[in-house]
Amino acid sequence: MEKFIVHNGLVLPLDRANVDTDAIIPKQFLKSIKRSGFGPNLFDAWRYLDEGQPNKSNEGRPVNPDFVLNKPLYRGATVLLARENFGCGSSREHAPWALHDYGFRAIIAPSYADIFFNNCYQNGLLPIVLKASEVDQLFHDAAAFPGFRLLIDLGEQSVAYADGSRRYRFELDAFRKYCLLNGLDDIGLSLRHADKIKAFEERRRAEQPWLF
Amino acid sequence: MSAQTLYDKLWLSHTVHVEDDGTTLLYIDRHLVHEVTSPQAYEGLKLAGRKPWRAGSVVATADHNTPTNDWDQGIKDPIARTQVEQLDANIKEFGAKVYFPFRHRNQGIVHVIGPENGVTLPGMTVVCGDSHTSTHGAFACLAHGIGTSEVEHVLATQTLLSKKAKNLRIDIEGAIPRGVTAKDLALAVIGRIGTAGGAGYAIEFAGSAVRALSMEGRMTLCNMSIEAGARAGMVAVDETTINYLKGRPYAPKGEQWDRAVAYWRTLVSDAGALFDRQVQFSAAEVKPQVTWGTSPEMVLTIEDRVPDPDKVKDAVRREGMERALAYMGLKPNTPISDIMIDKVFIGSCTNSRIEDLRAAAAVVKGRRKAANVKLALVVPGSGPVKVQAEKEGLDRIFTDAGFEWREPGCSMCLAMNADRLEPGERCASTSNRNFEGRQGTGGRTHLVSPEMAAAAGIAGHFVDVRQWR
Repeated sequence: MEKFIVHNGLVLPLDRANVDTDAIIPKQFLKSIKRSGFGPNLFDAWRYLDEGQPNKSNEGRPVNPDFVLNKPLYRGATVLLARENFGCGSSREHAPWALHDYGFRAIIAPSYADIFFNNCYQNGLLPIVLKASEVDQLFHDAAAFPGFRLLIDLGEQSVAYADGSRRYRFELDAFRKYCLLNGLDDIGLSLRHADKIKAFEERRRAEQPWLF
Repeated sequence: MSAQTLYDKLWLSHTVHVEDDGTTLLYIDRHLVHEVTSPQAYEGLKLAGRKPWRAGSVVATADHNTPTNDWDQGIKDPIARTQVEQLDANIKEFGAKVYFPFRHRNQGIVHVIGPENGVTLPGMTVVCGDSHTSTHGAFACLAHGIGTSEVEHVLATQTLLSKKAKNLRIDIEGAIPRGVTAKDLALAVIGRIGTAGGAGYAIEFAGSAVRALSMEGRMTLCNMSIEAGARAGMVAVDETTINYLKGRPYAPKGEQWDRAVAYWRTLVSDAGALFDRQVQFSAAEVKPQVTWGTSPEMVLTIEDRVPDPDKVKDAVRREGMERALAYMGLKPNTPISDIMIDKVFIGSCTNSRIEDLRAAAAVVKGRRKAANVKLALVVPGSGPVKVQAEKEGLDRIFTDAGFEWREPGCSMCLAMNADRLEPGERCASTSNRNFEGRQGTGGRTHLVSPEMAAAAGIAGHFVDVRQWR
């Protein structure tokens, strides 16, 4: 797993609620058998005016100038600011793969869909939950101050303005935090309990043999 | 021991290890695998030099991007073909309990084949790299979708790292009116609690209306839990559950069947068990539902009119409605029954089981597809569903009406294969998501029940199936 300790990044505001994973990465790109290369097609249907195709370059495609990702102001953004229930719908991990591949390292929203939220942690993408009022403030300031950046400190569990004027604290599970700070592999960690898993399985096999 | 909910029981009976913060290693009984979300997991396993912990837990099929016609010609799309062949190779190398590859007579949608074959059994934990895994909760399973990294984790360790959700009970009481189905109940629930209403919860569907549903109906209801934001939905075991499973190919037999049934009967919430939240519905008040927007919560009844954003105060919500109406090409205050359609899709893990096809066929029988309907697709959920439907003559009823009868698969629910909407086309669909572009870039999806989709295909616009004669 990719480590996450501190991150200082340009904020891109995506002011829509219920952004689904079909929007984040449309289905035609799910035919890939790789984990990488989804970034160029992140939000494909919103970014371009035509339909994108897998394994094809985006060169020459008509760009939607109104979509926030295409605004020069936000080039190089690494912190995605979003509204409630971000990442709803399909369980496709291609969604966090695409966000990460594009360059995002953190998302800030008042809430996430459960499966998407879990998937982010597997990919060095930190899904931060802040209060709706705090997210409102961030949307306001992202619009008011071009080049608006945030400093995210996982150890401190804080999101801070570059000038120190505001600082918000966020919660996350201690186990998740430990894994992210140390870049630990979930599977390796779980396999430390291999003996327990084996014992559990044997008991289950004896009690409910029809499951095996 | 204090009274437990069904979810509490399922959770506790699969807990292997708990971290200080409550993060739990949960044992996984059944792992369903399909071609789209598994290749990267198998690749990860190979790169790390790992083997599946218990290949016998894996049940696999190809469904998402397989074609639904011209099966003799194989898969024409080379990228889709590569993905399906990769699944063949991975199952060959790593093994599985059951594998129904492309064109196998039992192939079908992963959430249809599990229950149909009795590889989904009460009391199991069931996972799959697909959010509609919640379907299997109809059998009192703890069943939910996972990401591809988690697919790899389950393959390697037979466990999932998970945090316990809260308990939400949705009671639906009373008799279900004629012309109203499990799909309408599901959409009505989502309309009330919203697409994030169930986030952080495991839902138990209870009440006399749920008890009265067939297993097919319960699967439809649990299938849509994820559209209400809940990863898992479930229904307690009763006679309906047990009768459905008896004699299924992989269900236990003989003495083991008796032991299993005795255990399964305990898979109900105890009297007095505490739920963090409860919501009550009256089935009698539910009417046929039609979604009008680009989120399943944007839903109304067939008697309603398209909503007017000007009447909504909250800015984010109003803009969301305006964007949805623009995408859907709808004007505020238009009666839902005036909306003309271009295509019909009857299928998907929500509504492609035999009962769904019977209900749609009953509406279509002896009639013809409307002239403005360019295509009406009927895609059975699995090979056995298709065979059964043909035995009953349902295929002829559909084809006589000008509907197309196809091979099983996910098809136009997510349009990864050639079955899709063209930009601007409007579809009456029995699937589960009406997101922008879901059924094809620029396509406009209205979610409805099989009866409502069939009736719309005949009339050319939405109609109230309760008045269908």
